[in-house]
Amino acid sequence: MMLQSAPSISPDALLDVDNLVVEYPVGAKIVHAVSGVSLQIARGETLGLVGESGCGKSTLGRAVLQLRRPTSGRVSFDGQDLTAMHGDALRQMRRRVQLIFQDPIASLNPRRRIGDIVAEPLVIAGVKDPEKRERLVHEVLTAVGLDPTLVVGRLPHEFSGGQCQRICIARALILNPEFIVCDEPVSALDVSIRAQILNLLEEMKGRFGLTLLFIAHDLAVVKAVSDRVAVMYLGRLCEVGPSEQLFARPAHPYTALLIEAIPVPDPDVRPTETVPVGEPPSPIAPPSGCRFRTRCPRADQRCSDEVPELRAVAPGQFVACHHPLI
Amino acid sequence: MTGNTLLSVEDVVVDLPTPRGNLRAVDHVDLTVGAGQTLGVVGESGCGKTMLSRAILQLVPKKAKLSGRVMFDGQDLLQLSPEKLRKLRGRSLAVVFQDPMTSLNPVLTIGTQLIETLQEHLELNDATATRRSIELLAAVGIPAPEQRLAQYPHQLSGGMRQRVAIAIALSCEPKLLIADEPTTALDVTIQAQILDLLAREQRRRHMAMILITHDLGVVAGRTDEVAVMYAGRVVERAPTPALFKKMRMPYTEALLAALPKLDAAPHTPLPAISGRPPDPTRPLQGCSFSPRCRYAMSRCQREKPALEAAETSAHQFACFHPIETHADANV
Repeated sequence: MMLQSAPSISPDALLDVDNLVVEYPVGAKIVHAVSGVSLQIARGETLGLVGESGCGKSTLGRAVLQLRRPTSGRVSFDGQDLTAMHGDALRQMRRRVQLIFQDPIASLNPRRRIGDIVAEPLVIAGVKDPEKRERLVHEVLTAVGLDPTLVVGRLPHEFSGGQCQRICIARALILNPEFIVCDEPVSALDVSIRAQILNLLEEMKGRFGLTLLFIAHDLAVVKAVSDRVAVMYLGRLCEVGPSEQLFARPAHPYTALLIEAIPVPDPDVRPTETVPVGEPPSPIAPPSGCRFRTRCPRADQRCSDEVPELRAVAPGQFVACHHPLI
Repeated sequence: MTGNTLLSVEDVVVDLPTPRGNLRAVDHVDLTVGAGQTLGVVGESGCGKTMLSRAILQLVPKKAKLSGRVMFDGQDLLQLSPEKLRKLRGRSLAVVFQDPMTSLNPVLTIGTQLIETLQEHLELNDATATRRSIELLAAVGIPAPEQRLAQYPHQLSGGMRQRVAIAIALSCEPKLLIADEPTTALDVTIQAQILDLLAREQRRRHMAMILITHDLGVVAGRTDEVAVMYAGRVVERAPTPALFKKMRMPYTEALLAALPKLDAAPHTPLPAISGRPPDPTRPLQGCSFSPRCRYAMSRCQREKPALEAAETSAHQFACFHPIETHADANV
């Protein structure tokens, strides 16, 4: 029962998510956080995942890493099915994947020294030689732009948000992973610091040959780092496509709405009085058919009867809409 | 903006005692807002923009030391009795905060909070106050306003709560609305709706507004004038078009350049500002931005540049080595 067909199955996909469903109970009700999402990320690629709060983007990121076990569907990493793995096998696999969170200060244990925090993954991975651990910690801290001699003995509260995010990135890189899920890594940072961290992520990606799933609500940030972008709404993918193409010619009305809503830092661009599109419905009782239909100016009867499937509208660009803009 | 100045902030200083020493949150700030005008105050966390708005509202922490003058509608707010201040706040001087949950009382219904405000300031009877509350909720775009009166803040979404907070702020027809990061906690599609709502109500009521934000994109299309703050000071102040097109202060330039642009190709490296803002308990002798500034010279480390007029008195900046502009360029 495929809700959304898998677009562009490439032979060198490092990550292959197939019809992933994540549901969890809230009291007697069920939150439909992720409802049949399929996507691939090629080795060396950055896939941006955008959507508003509660659309399921973070849940999807966690389910990909098996931090929350999906209700159904499959996640293959480098050809191996993560959803079928347990115990030691999963732990071994987890060295190759990492996660960076939104709040860098909350992600660091306030009572531990930076040197120990960054070395922790090595300890867990069984690197017993303390000198080797120290050497690797110094290398990775230098790589993220921190001076190891000044940093290792200090506690997280002595650092700013931007520096804490550098420390989190160092910790994520120390086991030399192949794939990192970045969940809103710059949302908590100020503009001047955000640019530093985005540049750092790009640099690290090149240097360590990383593949990234970059989750954010800010389209401009996502565009700055992503090769392809996936737009998510209320648990489903609306549109997937190459970044430039998707921003130049959005096919889904929701993508267009998101792009239009971004405030442009140019006084000549007068903000257009937006159509009052209301607010997203609850994921506990998502609308039938197309989940965006309750806010969509193009919606008709078919949109409430039939779930739109992802289909190609342009090379590499897929949209799940009965009345696409292109 | 002379003649009909509604608010003028003169030489305001806010000092906060901290265990690490005195923290100067606001450092000799001067600003004016004309009746019906919108002033944007832009800056990063810790630049003093929120403390400045608290100083205007006389809502600084008890331990803080506040000096200077805040003239609002012909009265010096610093000299007013607490009684008179309370009458003024919520009546002609209203505020909307970033997180509506902190300004709404979680244990009172929406209706109680709206009606209470109306009755406190306007001495309306119950029926009139209720009718006005329903009108206000409808005006800020809340569906089924009659039913909302009986609901509690937690029963509404973040966007709806912010609309309620705006309805309460607008309830007594204020002359000045201070909106402190009113959309930062909201999603981008909701942000656009709330900003539209504020702009519409502002036009309709001929109300002045101070829009405080970290987002240059938010002020660009929605303000008449912008003040950029850094380390407690206003470092540049200009009519909005001039600020974006003929900026003189290197910090303004750097802040704008560091924003990811929608029209830039993916993987374009961003011109980031190196370093971070100075520790406010350890003030620098010279220009606060000098350690991060690519134009800084030795004088910038020794002396603090004053806020001085550019070509027009409406455009001011504090910099010894401002960005050159073509004098003939028209804005």
